[in-house]
Amino acid sequence: MRVKLGALLAVAGLLGTGAPPSHAQAPVVLKVAIVQQIDSLNPFLAVFQSSTEIGRLMYDPLTAYAAADQAVTEGLANRWEPSADKLTWTFTVPAGKTWSDGQPITARDVAFTYNLMLTDEVARTANGSFVTNFDTVTAPDDRTVVIRTKAPQVTMLALDIPIVPKHVWEKVTSVKDHTDDRGPVVGSGPFVLTEHVPGQFLKLKANKSYWRGAPKYDELHFVYFQNSDAAVQALGKGEVDLVNRMAPAQFDSLGDRQGVTRNRAQGRRFTELLVNPGAQTRTGEPIGDGNPALRDVRVRRAIAQAIDLDALVQRVNLGYAEKGAGIVPPVFSRWHWQPTPEQRRTFDPAAANAALDAAGHPRGADGTRFTLRLAGRAGRAYDEQASEYLRRSMSDIGIALDVRLVSDNQLNEVTTAATYDLAFSGWAASVDPDFVLGLHTCGQRPGADGKGGTTDAYFCDATYDELYARQLSEFDETKRQDLVKRMQARFYDQVPAVVLAYDNALEAYRSDRFAKFTTQPAQGGVIMAQHGVWGYYGAEPAGQAAPAARGWGGLAAFAAACASMLMLIAVYVRRRRATADERE
Amino acid sequence: MRLAGRFGGAALSLVMVAVLGFFLFRVVPGDPVVSMTRGRPTTAAAQDALRAQFGLDRPLHEQFWSYFTGLLRGDLGTSFTFRRPVAEVIGDRIGPTLLLVGTSTLVAVLLGLWLGVRAGWRRGSVFDRVTTGASLALWSVPTFWLGMLLMMATGEVFPSRGMRDTDTAPDFVSQSLDVAHHLVLPSVTLVAVVCAEYVLVMRSSLLQETAAPYLVTARAKGLRDDLVRRRHAVPNAVLPAITLVFLRFGLVVGGAITTETVFSWPGLGLLFYDALTGPDYFLLQGLLVVTAAAVVVMNLLADLLHGVLDPRVEVV
Repeated sequence: MRVKLGALLAVAGLLGTGAPPSHAQAPVVLKVAIVQQIDSLNPFLAVFQSSTEIGRLMYDPLTAYAAADQAVTEGLANRWEPSADKLTWTFTVPAGKTWSDGQPITARDVAFTYNLMLTDEVARTANGSFVTNFDTVTAPDDRTVVIRTKAPQVTMLALDIPIVPKHVWEKVTSVKDHTDDRGPVVGSGPFVLTEHVPGQFLKLKANKSYWRGAPKYDELHFVYFQNSDAAVQALGKGEVDLVNRMAPAQFDSLGDRQGVTRNRAQGRRFTELLVNPGAQTRTGEPIGDGNPALRDVRVRRAIAQAIDLDALVQRVNLGYAEKGAGIVPPVFSRWHWQPTPEQRRTFDPAAANAALDAAGHPRGADGTRFTLRLAGRAGRAYDEQASEYLRRSMSDIGIALDVRLVSDNQLNEVTTAATYDLAFSGWAASVDPDFVLGLHTCGQRPGADGKGGTTDAYFCDATYDELYARQLSEFDETKRQDLVKRMQARFYDQVPAVVLAYDNALEAYRSDRFAKFTTQPAQGGVIMAQHGVWGYYGAEPAGQAAPAARGWGGLAAFAAACASMLMLIAVYVRRRRATADERE
Repeated sequence: MRLAGRFGGAALSLVMVAVLGFFLFRVVPGDPVVSMTRGRPTTAAAQDALRAQFGLDRPLHEQFWSYFTGLLRGDLGTSFTFRRPVAEVIGDRIGPTLLLVGTSTLVAVLLGLWLGVRAGWRRGSVFDRVTTGASLALWSVPTFWLGMLLMMATGEVFPSRGMRDTDTAPDFVSQSLDVAHHLVLPSVTLVAVVCAEYVLVMRSSLLQETAAPYLVTARAKGLRDDLVRRRHAVPNAVLPAITLVFLRFGLVVGGAITTETVFSWPGLGLLFYDALTGPDYFLLQGLLVVTAAAVVVMNLLADLLHGVLDPRVEVV
């Protein structure tokens, strides 16, 4: 028995002292926690935010957004020129940029990518909306790309389309079946994908021949977490170096953690309360079952006026947000709008009560004017807490709230079918505001059959639509900014939704391993989920950037504990059997 | 003949599950195309094109026929979420699930039955009170809470997620030790919760046997207490537990959704969770068929084994 025990302890000891699983000259690795699945790494199919973010590290677009101020800057093209009628755009792809396999990047790669999207419906899956207005794309020589559009398009420098290498992709017979994750994947970005284990992790290595210069470390790993609490724990333990999408409480929990630095950034997301304005299809047929009282803009304004946005930010967002106003968050400062003192609706329940009285909704015997349904997502802390807060706010103006917290899918279904009175929603805006503005045009509503709509709030307003059309063909940025702000003012005034808050993006990183990250924008910007590669590309290791200490001591101790327990049981059983006769 | 009947019954159950699965998941609220494109600039035409690509624009009976004939050919369709064949996605996840849930179930069964027998045989003893109390406590603990607590309590000793580190040396020994290291916390969580079930079933089953006349006979023959327990009481008491064990082994394939979610273990449980958020119809259907097949097969095996263990049950 002693011999067996000794042997077991020896094996356990061997495990405990075993070398940690790292190579002789360990490469410097940045490990990033992602909490969203990867749908596809094929740049034509990838839709999830996590996948498109990784795609940008592999493939550069034609033009990019600068880190400092999010202004348009060089991508694969370094010059661009629209024609006088704004229908033809000429981009120049300079010599000297190469794919990660050493082949030169040329205008023909760009033309190939766009033409693949124009001719293959599957290739339009992820980014088709960017090329809808394209007429032809040609490459008269290796340096020049000429794009002709059907109508002037102001977003021609915001084409978020990864450009793929023609010499690789012309051999792909089916875009649909091409996973594009068998490393090394030939790309033009600062990193090259080397390994993808679905549901577990992705590994990329630095592209030493990247045209902006090689990254300052060797490898970038993305590890998948289903659970954000576990991701925060892993950061604390040093298993990962960078985490985002943290809840306020998780962010606070890292406040005094040694070796961890937090980044409270202005986010791209806003949270809103949809107010069903009397939903209709594109053809003007009523759809859904919204409360008719909400068709009156005075009622919608009264609801907005009864919500104390400052208190909501403090109590529900725990201060990690900014009070909402327009539909473009303040991180996009060029397009963000704030109401003037005359336009601003201040929190005033008395004025809201008076407005509802004037609108013909007197209080009943029980003090209630009418009841509204509020739909939100079950399990999302914000919806659960904010709905309670709103219940009290609405009660102050005589509106009873019937709160219905449902699954994410059910909430989507309710908002799509317009079977809501009030509902929580939210969007992430882009550097160019076209997408988030476009969600509120009349044409985004569903067709006569109730299908095919991409509207956010069933808003349809002639003034808003007219301004939208004008900004889409306004090439003078100052004038376009004015139009975009007027659209937001109109939206604010008509209240198809109340923008409750601009959420902060809460991130944290191991500053004992990585000294610096490039944020976008430079002041108060994010490290992850940028419109570009800067956060990962610009990371600088701290000193030696030794890999996090890790060994199998825990496994050895566990194995030894299990073995000892088995041993004890065996000894006990044997002794009992040996003395059985004596006991009986 | 009766054996053929049982096989026929199992096959019929599978067909019913396959049919039910198709219609059941169509009732799950949400439009997969809207979910797929949410947050991306998408036109209504692009959404229609996606619907056509996945065949969601066709009438329900056509979709069903296409699904059913595909199933007979072994084609489970293409996942909306992962843009890959469902069989391939499930194939990737089956190994990790079998490893985690299989190992944990095996340990939980052996430990649970052993503890249950000991506790039941010495009813009212300190061992019985401690075992039963601990089992009831662990059985009532929410799995995710226990998992998170273990993760925090063990500090940096065990990894927080997944089944492999990204920078482990590629040789077999390092990789195996790395997987074992990652396996500890999720399997301890699972064993702690599942084991209690076997302790309680085995204990109560044995208690029913303790007063049986055949045990008096065995003791009257002069057999030792240990032998009475092992040779007479346990073989009779273990029969209800066998059904439970096989049911549980059938569910192994379904994974352990909560545990896999807490520890981001890349198994079928986590896949189920991801598929439901879509909803990813084809993936959900595929998962249902695979997990149901495992349960049906294990039930069949339990039936057959009952005949072997208990001569009173006639199988053939």
